[in-house]
Amino acid sequence: MKANPATEAPPRAIQLEMYYYLRLTRALDERAQILYRQGKIIGGLFSSLGQEAISIGSAFALEKGDYVGPMIRNSGTVLARGHSAREVMSNYLGKATSPTGGKDNSQHFGDIGRTGVVSCISMLGTLVPVMAGMALGARMKGEKRVALTYVGDGAASTGDFYEGLVFASVQRLPLVVIIENNQYAYSTPTSKQSLLKDLADKSKAFGIPGYVGDGNDVLEVHSITRKCADDAREGRGPQLIEFKTLRMRGHAVHDDASYVPAELFEEWKKKDPIARFERKLRLSREEKESLEGRLKSTVDDAVDFAETSPVPPGEEACRGVFEDDRIVQFTPWWKKDA
Amino acid sequence: MPELTFLQAISRGLWEEMEADKSVFLMGEDIGRYGGAFKVTEGFLDRFGPERVLETPLAEEGFVGAAIGAAYVGLRPVVEFQFIDFIACAFDPIVNFACTSRYRWGQAVPVTFRGPWGGATKAGPFHSRNVEMWFAHAPGIKVVAPSTPSDAKGLIKACIRDNDPCLFLEHKALYRRIKEEVPDHSPPIPIGKARIVREGSGLTMVTYGLMVHRCLEALGQLQDLSVELIDLRTIYPLDRGALVESVKKTSKIMVVHEDTRTGGVAGEIAAIVNEEAFEDLDGPVIRVTSPDTPVPSAPSLEEAFLPSVRDIVDAARKLAAY
Repeated sequence: MKANPATEAPPRAIQLEMYYYLRLTRALDERAQILYRQGKIIGGLFSSLGQEAISIGSAFALEKGDYVGPMIRNSGTVLARGHSAREVMSNYLGKATSPTGGKDNSQHFGDIGRTGVVSCISMLGTLVPVMAGMALGARMKGEKRVALTYVGDGAASTGDFYEGLVFASVQRLPLVVIIENNQYAYSTPTSKQSLLKDLADKSKAFGIPGYVGDGNDVLEVHSITRKCADDAREGRGPQLIEFKTLRMRGHAVHDDASYVPAELFEEWKKKDPIARFERKLRLSREEKESLEGRLKSTVDDAVDFAETSPVPPGEEACRGVFEDDRIVQFTPWWKKDA
Repeated sequence: MPELTFLQAISRGLWEEMEADKSVFLMGEDIGRYGGAFKVTEGFLDRFGPERVLETPLAEEGFVGAAIGAAYVGLRPVVEFQFIDFIACAFDPIVNFACTSRYRWGQAVPVTFRGPWGGATKAGPFHSRNVEMWFAHAPGIKVVAPSTPSDAKGLIKACIRDNDPCLFLEHKALYRRIKEEVPDHSPPIPIGKARIVREGSGLTMVTYGLMVHRCLEALGQLQDLSVELIDLRTIYPLDRGALVESVKKTSKIMVVHEDTRTGGVAGEIAAIVNEEAFEDLDGPVIRVTSPDTPVPSAPSLEEAFLPSVRDIVDAARKLAAY
């Protein structure tokens, strides 16, 4: 169904913050593209270009203390929920100072206690039941927290997506699932994932509300997500939202996305979420100058911090599998005294 | 002191942990009013209510993911699989998510997975499997497999209190077959510690689960040999020290398990002994295991599949004579 946004747009000060985080997401993404070509990024690099509004609009719709499970293209969510640009950059570069200390790469980190962010894994859809369980746990402890997570048009085909929403719906858990329909799962178009015109119609399988929104309009994303988070918090069970967008780069840097028709890129370039929001916001010169300054210093500082940070020492590889490191560590035969 | 069956001991262990710690709760199919397929949780719903005896839809991958999420926010879920074979449906969230969480980003997952396991009940290929090594080979989860009521009670408690994921395997052929006096409010038994069932000096026999009882039966026919029988109790982490110490004493070791041969824990034990006690060995490390096949259904086939008392006796005699 089309949403009837029940909430008003946030005040200008908040909108300016949303704009800053849209820009920060893109700026870090652009710098990461350069670092990747310099061979400095560990692992793949997955761009959120063109999809930033979904991350930022939804992240701003949550309350402090809510839980969020981002996917690989939700670096905006991670930033907007309180992780620093330094954390993002140092994790890309696999440094000892990064949130995972080099144990995992990319956008794979979080901090439940500090930001409510859960580290994602590459098996898509897995976060749906996990976030349902966090909502369950919070409810058992008498807390009114909402859990929100994202799947792509591809991950909406996984068993985890269905099983997680089956569990969440019969338990009436405060879970919001956003289908970020960017039209391609790697090279596979959405038409090869589902016969549905709107993936939000999958909500009918679970007896829960389903909404469709414009993923390139940050205020619409905010408004629909806000309504869904409020409903979930008030005990109306899980909510499913589909935001339509287009992934403006390949699956990762190595992929030139030649399978996407050029006219599709042209069409969606005109809908760029940052340019659209800019037209709406009409920034004053002072606002613009202060924002550009903050942006540049934040990004420069993050890159500098990441580049100058030490790499993790090799012996760290054997630590942290279990609470008790002795389980994994032992002296191999050739290192023992005769 | 109450005399408890293997099943009652597990049930009692769960009950006492739920009484002691409000963060402990159960999840699984049919575990509420029905009390679970094997009745391990009979009576729990009335005592602890539907929130802590949470009946799930038929969606293993979904409720395992949810258990991990609940563990993330400080609860201690205990997930029942109706038969442990169905854990295969939830392999992804366990090995990719629960097992890697602490390592990747320092987030503990205090969750226990448990369920009826193993063969010798004529239950066929999908209700008899030995899943232990799937998980022993996935760094990040402990694998526990007791063989007596008191060990079962002590080890289920240890799993629940552990701050890492644990897989607790309950041999269903033992559920109602063995009984033992187990005190109320007995303490947890440490994970990772083997138990010497019988001391001996001529040959070490290592096993776990149902095969502990078959080995004991075999010992009745091996009274002329001094056999040291060790019950591993934990498959991961292995009690390397106990194995090496025993071999240093006996110089000969055989491993008996119901699990299939290739990649079974016997191979790992052979490697440990080879590396750490080679000089002490007076014979080859012998494996008595099932063959590399699915578990067959017909009783005659299943008996041929499982290591028999005869197999254990013959292997022990041949090794002793080496």
